[in-house]
Amino acid sequence: MVAKDLSVNLCGIRLKNPVIPASGTFGFGLELAGSVDLGVLGGISLKGTTREARAGNPTPRIAECNAGMINSVGLQNPGIDVLVHEKAPALRKIYDGCIIANISGFSVGEYAHNCALADACPDIDILEVNISCPNVHNGGMAFGTDPGAAAAVTAAVRAVVKEKPVFIKLSPNVTDIVSVARACEDAGADGLTLINTLLGMRIDIRRRKPVIANKMGGFSGPAVFPVALRMVYQVAHACAIPVMGCGGVARAEDVVEMMMAGATAVQVGAENLRNPQACPEILEALPGLMDSLGINTLQEIIGTA
Amino acid sequence: MQKRIFHIESNDPVARDTFRLVLRTGGPVVMRSGQFVDIALPGFYLRRPISVSDVLPDGLVLYYKVVGEGTRLMAGMQSGAELELLLPLGSGFRPEKCRDNALLIGGGLGAAPLYLLAKELLALGKGATAVLGFNKADEICLADELRALGVPVHIATLDGSAGTKGFVTDAIAAGKPEYDRFYTCGPLPMMKAVCLALEAPGDVSLEERMGCGAGFCYGCTVITASGPRRVCADGPVFDKKEVLW
Repeated sequence: MVAKDLSVNLCGIRLKNPVIPASGTFGFGLELAGSVDLGVLGGISLKGTTREARAGNPTPRIAECNAGMINSVGLQNPGIDVLVHEKAPALRKIYDGCIIANISGFSVGEYAHNCALADACPDIDILEVNISCPNVHNGGMAFGTDPGAAAAVTAAVRAVVKEKPVFIKLSPNVTDIVSVARACEDAGADGLTLINTLLGMRIDIRRRKPVIANKMGGFSGPAVFPVALRMVYQVAHACAIPVMGCGGVARAEDVVEMMMAGATAVQVGAENLRNPQACPEILEALPGLMDSLGINTLQEIIGTA
Repeated sequence: MQKRIFHIESNDPVARDTFRLVLRTGGPVVMRSGQFVDIALPGFYLRRPISVSDVLPDGLVLYYKVVGEGTRLMAGMQSGAELELLLPLGSGFRPEKCRDNALLIGGGLGAAPLYLLAKELLALGKGATAVLGFNKADEICLADELRALGVPVHIATLDGSAGTKGFVTDAIAAGKPEYDRFYTCGPLPMMKAVCLALEAPGDVSLEERMGCGAGFCYGCTVITASGPRRVCADGPVFDKKEVLW
């Protein structure tokens, strides 16, 4: 077998491969350092971080579904200061790949504040801005469901971030994802990550109550893969900036499919929760799969479908 | 934490809706009482976290109750079938914190981890008494196994069909066991009653719906006296003083 080149170029940053655990499914990487060989990962997207520490939502936060799960963790996190002063530096000591800070906020100002701090942290390589959060200044409507609000966050972040690529992570809970994607691109985003989870719900038919304490939560897992792939395809064809594809990726085949749809890098989410070795196993399988498909260089398959 | 294949040696009903599962693997198994394994079930997306009841040189003994579709599937699994487990997970009980005599308080299947804990306590030269609560006599499990270790067992049943009629707290009041520390696992209302009724220090094993089971998804967080803690990784065993009722 010819040696396979798995590396990809993401906004000028060379990733040794395109496989990245998605935000919220891999903690800060540190939690898994003793169990998973972090060194094989192309990047790690860290747990979503807000300005203040958050305890998150009440439990139950998890509901099982056919081919997936619902989570309603509620952005439990230690706050941006702990991220830039403790978590990212600690991860950098044991991991030399691409460290992606996932930034959340409840106002445009909070996004800008958090991103400025993350931009100044030498142990963070890329900023990924989660715009699925509710806007406390606009009745709790998620920024990501409106092109204007998405653009406002992007522009505010773009204005304060001097060093690093800014990816906007899009919500799939919209009628027209392309209009949101284009709004972010026009407002200065360097790239886009999609999709975040789909809003979902389960009811415990014995208790006649929602399974999740917060009633609804984010649905993810293999069941959402076709939805994610479709959105990646649409956005990658409509925008010139690179896309990190995310949603239901569980196998090496899914990584290749996402890349053919237009993704430059591919994030693995819920699968990590059922199999902490999911990313290393996908990476082990990729060269053989590439060989069977006649691919020597992964970068060349991006957007070929 | 590692992913490991076990095969089923036996999977037998031992009480109403309650099964004893003996698993073997190639090589030694090291786990402590209070820790748990996370079992992948074919056809189900998430694993099933189950506490370990006994550790064999190359295997594990688990107890589970059929409460939903996943455990119903488990009940039909045959000897020889393979199961993929994540282990060891979670913090364990702290038998070393007991000075002389421990009181082990289990509710329903909460008795399961107390068996391994009793063995650990006895190996440390401490004494142990068990108080086990069930709804009815036909649910009783692990009482004979604990007695076989030499541990006195007091039973409480809600309907009075065996032992003291009432709750474990009634059986403790009736049996007046000697102890300087307690260890409890079972339904939350029972553990709350125990913690409020007993003045002694104690270890409490909490349960919560889990995602990853290994501390990185933050799906099973509880608010403790020290702030948010993950039941799967910071627990499931917490000091009584940490648990906010």
